[in-house]
Amino acid sequence: MNVRTEQKLAFSVLFLCTVLVVLPVLVILGIIVVKGGSALNWGFLTAMPRAGMTAGGIMPAILGTLYLVMGAVLFAVPLGVLSAIYLVEYSREGRISRLIKLAIVNLAGVPSVVYGLFGLGVFVVFLGMGASILSGSLTLGIMILPVIITASREALESVPRSFRVVSLSLGASRWQTIRYAVLPHAIPGILTGTILGLGRAAGETAPILFTVAAFYLPKLPQSMFDQTMALPYHLYVISTQVPGVPENIRFGTALVLLLLVLTLNLAAILLRYRFRKRKRW
Amino acid sequence: MSMEQPIIETRSLNLFYGSFQALINVDLQIQDRQITALIGPSGCGKSTLVRVFNRMNDLIDGVRVTGRVLVQAENIYAPSIDMIALRRKVGMVFQRPNPFPLTVAENITFGLEVHRSLPRSEFRRMIEESLKGVLLWEDLKDRLDAPALGLSLEQQQRLCIARVLAMKPKIILMDEPCSALDPIATMKIEDLMRELKRDYTIVIVTHNMQQAARASDFTAFMYLGELIEFGETKSLFRTPRVKRTEDYITGRFG
Repeated sequence: MNVRTEQKLAFSVLFLCTVLVVLPVLVILGIIVVKGGSALNWGFLTAMPRAGMTAGGIMPAILGTLYLVMGAVLFAVPLGVLSAIYLVEYSREGRISRLIKLAIVNLAGVPSVVYGLFGLGVFVVFLGMGASILSGSLTLGIMILPVIITASREALESVPRSFRVVSLSLGASRWQTIRYAVLPHAIPGILTGTILGLGRAAGETAPILFTVAAFYLPKLPQSMFDQTMALPYHLYVISTQVPGVPENIRFGTALVLLLLVLTLNLAAILLRYRFRKRKRW
Repeated sequence: MSMEQPIIETRSLNLFYGSFQALINVDLQIQDRQITALIGPSGCGKSTLVRVFNRMNDLIDGVRVTGRVLVQAENIYAPSIDMIALRRKVGMVFQRPNPFPLTVAENITFGLEVHRSLPRSEFRRMIEESLKGVLLWEDLKDRLDAPALGLSLEQQQRLCIARVLAMKPKIILMDEPCSALDPIATMKIEDLMRELKRDYTIVIVTHNMQQAARASDFTAFMYLGELIEFGETKSLFRTPRVKRTEDYITGRFG
């Protein structure tokens, strides 16, 4: 085989592999849109399920997911950002800070079902919160904590050292330096990480399975101590646990979940792109 | 040499980075409203010395200082020293122009914002005053909300000086402020230094002997952490008393 044909062959194989990567994404999207698109309308998004979830809408599940995501963010963002600030700006490089960083990396690798069991053990049972929006939000919050800490750390570390030096030379304290000279320039990165975490929290089933998700509720949750329906779990229920749910409702639910997560990810990408263009140091 | 009460004075100043001694027994007196240049080959301790005066060396781990450093007769290494007040009194301009990626106006008000030293209604006046102080007002008065990083390097460096002026300092430390600038911009910054001298004491670190000779009133020559010779710039360059100073300013080493 001569050099040219060898090269051609190599490039063909590389190209084929790339196509094989893209293909499943397109096929999944295609099937879901084709089979579920017909269910998607205003009524589907805003109505309660009817007839044992075989008809009607999925509003309680959408609302539940929004509650859970909001709760997770309210809990995880302050905690994550503050600990990232501590790690980057205050802690000295040493055995303890290395250990903490290692722990965070490993936290990111824990399977989501383990977070679910953790939430069940700690929040639902031990702290007596019961299966509730609070328990589910906290569980999801802990799950996305590593994402937020890692993104925030990277954002803080990418702020040039000279900003800190100048600020200190102007008589700012270390905290004022962080507050005025570092944090404002790290916010885009932190926001991006937060949105990615949001997407992850919205899509996961396992962490909410034991901590909050309800099979079916006839009315909406009244407080954060109530259970709620949630999109990923609802999808699981109507796909495998309830016979006779029309195909377009099942795929329509999947489509809504997918659109929600994709929109969040897209927002993160756009945000990052916009700020990358603006920053010039 | 006129000997009024010096604005900065060091007495047997030693500075260690861990076990390395970067400054050895430095006794130096810097006069008010004069330009004092610190010269010497790389690693001679001139940047370290200038960072003693606003205690920016504190940012480095393992720094230890012995001896006394008096700024306006106050020992700035005393435990009771107010670092915030010190750094407002002793401003610093760095090697590379380093405005924040904010607007021109926001760069100047950064310190005011942090210290809340001035009501907001006064910001506008202070921006004008500071920019006039660095002869930038006419150029920028219509571009106060333009991004500072869009300015030329010379303008950026002037803006950094204006940012210091807004703090109402007494002393301005300049650590090779022209090393990122072209010769014409360098001349203009030197002109500016002569303007600023009327109101401020300037200490400039430079590796450029011509700059020291042109722009300064006093010159300190340092070598390997020691202050070798200090005196009025004219006489130091014309008739150096120490052989090593002569070797350096005539370009025999460094």
